[in-house]
Amino acid sequence: MRYICLVHFDVAATFAGMSETQRVQLDTDSLAYDEELAASGNLVVAEALQPPEEAVLVRVRDGRMSTTDGPFVETKEQLAGFILIEARDLNDAIRIAAGIPLAKHGTIEVRAMYEIPRHDQQPD
Amino acid sequence: MTSSPTEIERIWREESRRVLATLIRLLGDFDRAEEALNDAFLAAAEHWPRQGIPANPRAWLVSAGRFKAIDKMRRRAKLAAITAELSLPDEEAEMAPEAELIADDQLRLIFVCCHPELPPDAQVALTLRETCGLTTEEIAAAFLTKPATIAQRIVRAKNRIRELDLRYEVPEAAELLPRLDAVLRTIYLIFSEGYSASHGASAIRADLCSEAIRLVRLLRELLRQEEPEVEGLLALMLLQHARQAARTDNEGNIVLIADQDRSRWNGTEIAEGVGLVERMMSRSPLTAYVIEAAIAAAHATAPSGEATDWDEIVHLYDLLRRADPSPVVALNRAVAVAMRDGPEAGLFEIEHLLESGVLASFRYAHAARADLLRRLGRTEEARSAYVAALALTQQAAERRFIEGRLRELSAFLH
Repeated sequence: MRYICLVHFDVAATFAGMSETQRVQLDTDSLAYDEELAASGNLVVAEALQPPEEAVLVRVRDGRMSTTDGPFVETKEQLAGFILIEARDLNDAIRIAAGIPLAKHGTIEVRAMYEIPRHDQQPD
Repeated sequence: MTSSPTEIERIWREESRRVLATLIRLLGDFDRAEEALNDAFLAAAEHWPRQGIPANPRAWLVSAGRFKAIDKMRRRAKLAAITAELSLPDEEAEMAPEAELIADDQLRLIFVCCHPELPPDAQVALTLRETCGLTTEEIAAAFLTKPATIAQRIVRAKNRIRELDLRYEVPEAAELLPRLDAVLRTIYLIFSEGYSASHGASAIRADLCSEAIRLVRLLRELLRQEEPEVEGLLALMLLQHARQAARTDNEGNIVLIADQDRSRWNGTEIAEGVGLVERMMSRSPLTAYVIEAAIAAAHATAPSGEATDWDEIVHLYDLLRRADPSPVVALNRAVAVAMRDGPEAGLFEIEHLLESGVLASFRYAHAARADLLRRLGRTEEARSAYVAALALTQQAAERRFIEGRLRELSAFLH
């Protein structure tokens, strides 16, 4: 089954408390874990994200598209990246999530994929 | 031998739980072992198609899993720090594990999953996942819970095993029986959950019965001595399971044992269960599961509801009350007394039990009382007893059954 591990953490506070060496180590560890997951066949895709300040929020209402700047909500922990994995079950996914280096600093949200049902009959 | 993906899948089904059990012992940690198990099968998928399946795939997988785990631990931590903590396997341990050792590993796994320090619902979830190989999602579906609930139950149980440093071992002789008791209780809980699933409910729930029977058979094979309670529980579950197909009609309505089509009972399971009961009833002292199985056997071998040997069943309940003096056993005995001596005698005992208060919130006590009152023609009292039972009943099929009885009584009154 596929699960997504959404990595939330307080970027500013975490990095403020770290030395340059520690920051480099975190990057190295994160990349190494991605490679490890690729080697164990668990990795589908892993990406880190630019900070939410650089996000653009898109909406379409009444046929009209509008955009606004992020961030959308003011929370300290932000979505900083994600790892899409293949795991045997939810506990296997939790085990993999616990190994993500940033789990030591932030929170990993594990979500199972939802398959949108295909409805044969189209509504009139 | 060549290896196709289906061949590897077959080996996964047959061997993964055994390999996991051994890896937990070798690596001292559930999660590390699970990771190593995945890696071992990944290595197998890579090597076996080229090199063929090894003569002893289980030993190959254990060895590959352990190698991968140690390799990972080395890479994750600094080598110097980790070698001190980790007892590295010596060359001798790399050899194919003995069959006996493997059997002990599976037993260790069962005993740790059913450790009395863990809450019963955690024991059930852990046993189904680690020993039976069900996924978290399957367990959640079987127990009508959310996967996140089951997942956390399992995480907490594993943390507790780690915190309490529960020993991964088969209990010593003196401790074996009480610990075995906990294992059997967990297995019977799994069985009962599946057994209470009504017709038409998800197949996974009914599968719990087969898992429980499979587990107790495994336990029986692993223990090197015959334990009457294990034999008794197997017999009890077989004899109950034998009636499964006849317990509900096509619409999922409950059919009482007296009205069941006995030709739909499973003769093979009854024969095996009765054989076990006959062998165990000659042992002394008699234990609870053996006596319960003997009661189930008395029902299973009766040619019809009327021709049931109620005298024998009441006698067995008397024995059971000595082994298990619970009010539920007393209630069941009262029902058997009603069948033997008439509703009045049974009602007297049930009312006595209800007055003592312990069974006041037990729906079957009210339902049994209602049934006896109905048979005595005390319609108004029967009605209010059924209403009391209904208020305590969640299960859809049981509710329909009681509502049906209430309708019959109303028709009778008007």
